[in-house]
Amino acid sequence: MVRFIISRLIKAAILLLAILTLNFLLIHAAPGDPAAVMAGEAGAADEEFIRQLRERFGLDKPLITQLGIYLGGVLQGDLGFSYRQQVPVADLIFDRLPATLLLTMTAFVIALTLGTLAGVLASARVGKWSDTFISTAALLFYATPLFWVALMAVLVFSVHLNWLPAFGFETVGSGYTGFDRALDVARHLVLPAVTLGLFFMAVYMRMTRASMLEVSQLDFVKTARAKGLKNSIIQRRHIFRNAMLPVVTLAGLQAGQLVGGAVLTETVFAWPGIGRLMFEALQQRDYNLLLGVFFVSAAMVLLFNLITDILYRVVDPRIRVA
Amino acid sequence: MKTRLALLAAALMLSTSAFAQPVEGGRANVVIQPEPPSLMMGLVQNGPTQMVAGNIYESLLRYDENLEPMPQLATDWEISEDGLTYTFHLAEGVKWHDGEDFTSEDVVFSVDVFLRETHARLRQSLEHVESVEAPDDHTVVFTLKQPFGPFIGIFEAGTMPMIPKHIYEGTDFANNEMNNTPIGTGPFKFEEWERGSHILLTKNEDYYEEGKPYLDEIYWHVIPDAAARAVAYENGVVDILPGGSVENFDVERIANLENSCITEKGWEYFAPHSWMWLNNREAPFDDARFRQAVMYAMDREFARDALWAGLGQVATGPVASSTRFYTDDVTQYTYDPAKAEALLEEMGYDGEPVRLLPLPYGETWQRWAEAVKQNLEEVGIPVEIVSTDVAGWNQRLAEWDYDMAFTYVYQYGDPALGVSRNYVSTNIAKGSQWNNVEGYENEEVDRIFDEAAVAVTPEERQELYTEVQKILVDEVPVAWMLELGFPTIHRCNIKDLVTSAIGLNDGFKNAYIEEAE
Repeated sequence: MVRFIISRLIKAAILLLAILTLNFLLIHAAPGDPAAVMAGEAGAADEEFIRQLRERFGLDKPLITQLGIYLGGVLQGDLGFSYRQQVPVADLIFDRLPATLLLTMTAFVIALTLGTLAGVLASARVGKWSDTFISTAALLFYATPLFWVALMAVLVFSVHLNWLPAFGFETVGSGYTGFDRALDVARHLVLPAVTLGLFFMAVYMRMTRASMLEVSQLDFVKTARAKGLKNSIIQRRHIFRNAMLPVVTLAGLQAGQLVGGAVLTETVFAWPGIGRLMFEALQQRDYNLLLGVFFVSAAMVLLFNLITDILYRVVDPRIRVA
Repeated sequence: MKTRLALLAAALMLSTSAFAQPVEGGRANVVIQPEPPSLMMGLVQNGPTQMVAGNIYESLLRYDENLEPMPQLATDWEISEDGLTYTFHLAEGVKWHDGEDFTSEDVVFSVDVFLRETHARLRQSLEHVESVEAPDDHTVVFTLKQPFGPFIGIFEAGTMPMIPKHIYEGTDFANNEMNNTPIGTGPFKFEEWERGSHILLTKNEDYYEEGKPYLDEIYWHVIPDAAARAVAYENGVVDILPGGSVENFDVERIANLENSCITEKGWEYFAPHSWMWLNNREAPFDDARFRQAVMYAMDREFARDALWAGLGQVATGPVASSTRFYTDDVTQYTYDPAKAEALLEEMGYDGEPVRLLPLPYGETWQRWAEAVKQNLEEVGIPVEIVSTDVAGWNQRLAEWDYDMAFTYVYQYGDPALGVSRNYVSTNIAKGSQWNNVEGYENEEVDRIFDEAAVAVTPEERQELYTEVQKILVDEVPVAWMLELGFPTIHRCNIKDLVTSAIGLNDGFKNAYIEEAE
């Protein structure tokens, strides 16, 4: 197991460098650079001014030199400075990380638990009205644009009913501390987390339902039934556990992406997360910041893939043997 | 006698309500969009930075809505008769937010050292300056190389913010750690900034203007989505929506909410003027008749009413009506498709399609491009809309890779500061979207603009600027659209919010909150 993990870690590190290099080249291929964007905001700028900005950011050097400098920095644990905000990239990212993780993890838990639960329920009642209802509802949430659901949620629960705050991480300037603050944040979390969660829930629901149905047709389930085992035991021990494999795969893939944030949800709900940071960095061609966000999320995807592989071995004995 | 007393009492009541005493205390909740990259106004001059940091930093003067100078850090000033020497007397007892004294040495440092290096727009004006001197702690003397008419108009906080010498002298300005905790002389101090959430400024208790400011604190809320900003105002989370906070189609609805007031004032200095760059270098735009046809083909009143909530006004030419030396005594391009078609036929336009680059600043601009496309296609000019993001837009303009491109530009009160730069041929250079991007060349126009900038009396300048406006409007180097109206929407019980030609960017030192009725 240890050897397995070490070899995977080495592969991951190489992959990460490759991803960074690719991202670096892709971003620089996009039209416009941070100097042009910043000069554009200055209300007046001549060529000399833009040249000075490029020089200050090191953008006047050959691309390959810039790449070398960047990768060198990353290897030493330095993600560089944000051109635009004049703050270390790592500070900006780690400032935003808690808010993003709180949002995406909550949404993830909602999606995973509700999704699998609904999937199991639906699979147990195939063709009945409750199956149709669950499947349709899930599909509806998946098919509707996220920003629209978000806006409607705000309209109903915030503007009309006034039950929940419409946006933000907490009540700005409230001075809440301790438990009051946690409660305040939780209230702010409800709408964005549920909106995002419902969207992903559909995927887990569909996958669980399909997988449960597939497994229930397999021979070993027939054997179990023939043995006269109780249906609830067959469902839980035999079908559910095996049906969870693809769900775990999907969850693993998605868990890694959670760090990348949710641009739409964070924007509509003014949630101060990574997704927004990344989107703004992209618009402003804030190369270092953008690469920093990509780096952190790529690292997380790789990490969670590793965890998924390990979980596989726990869930499925066949892989352990192999 | 009784009637007289009653009248007197009534008059007294009237006068107290008209000149209500400002109320002390309270918090202003304001939207800021987009989030500023930094609050160090000497380094960053974008809109949001100026709006928040306009409370922290100050300059020597302010300007009223007619662009007449008013005292700020300078209490009075003299201009020599030859127009070469400007002497400013500074207010006494002014302190930086860290307690140090503000003196004329700070002014010299700010202008001559700091801003000369960092401020792209100011340093163009500073080329007219021979020297900046501080004969004593409270006097500053600017000596010019030659008279420069607009000079008295550049002492505004966004153009010439005062920077503390004791903090920045001898340091790497861009990387000074104090940039994150800006120190100014203004009515509010920097308190905290939760990036992605809010910025908090608190009252400067030692402010040198007696009794001011009235508010205790200002919260600037970062809310990236326009619809969410509208909801924030409706829900009472924010009470002030600066211009551009909500989409134009939401303005009327929001402004009609209870206790909601709207004003277009506070943009006189900037005078945001919108136009479409027309690439004069290429056919068919190299023919003035084509450019005139574009002007006649566009229904600009429709654009104002349908897309800009009826705010602002149709532009008559290169100078905005609130900018000095404006004239409307020029050819008028009213909506006239028939005239446009006649001009196109006369020049023998072959129906070659043209590309239009909208401004990537949200819904209104996208729709405006669609309206223009429709207008032009009605007179037989096929239009292809090319979409980009902000960086791509900058790049295309800087490299002249466009046929028509929307923009809007501030005028800064004077044609020599914010108008001539877009038309004189000496200002044709790739790499900037603020110069003569259209590639228009006319020696006569160059000469008049040059003379007008250094002419000493306002009368001489008016004469020259009138002449040049006539020429430009006839030649249509760019297609002027609207003088944009950016409405500030706020609760009616917040008083004296906009008290100068730069509106909210001037800071909230006069603002106070009355109890809501």
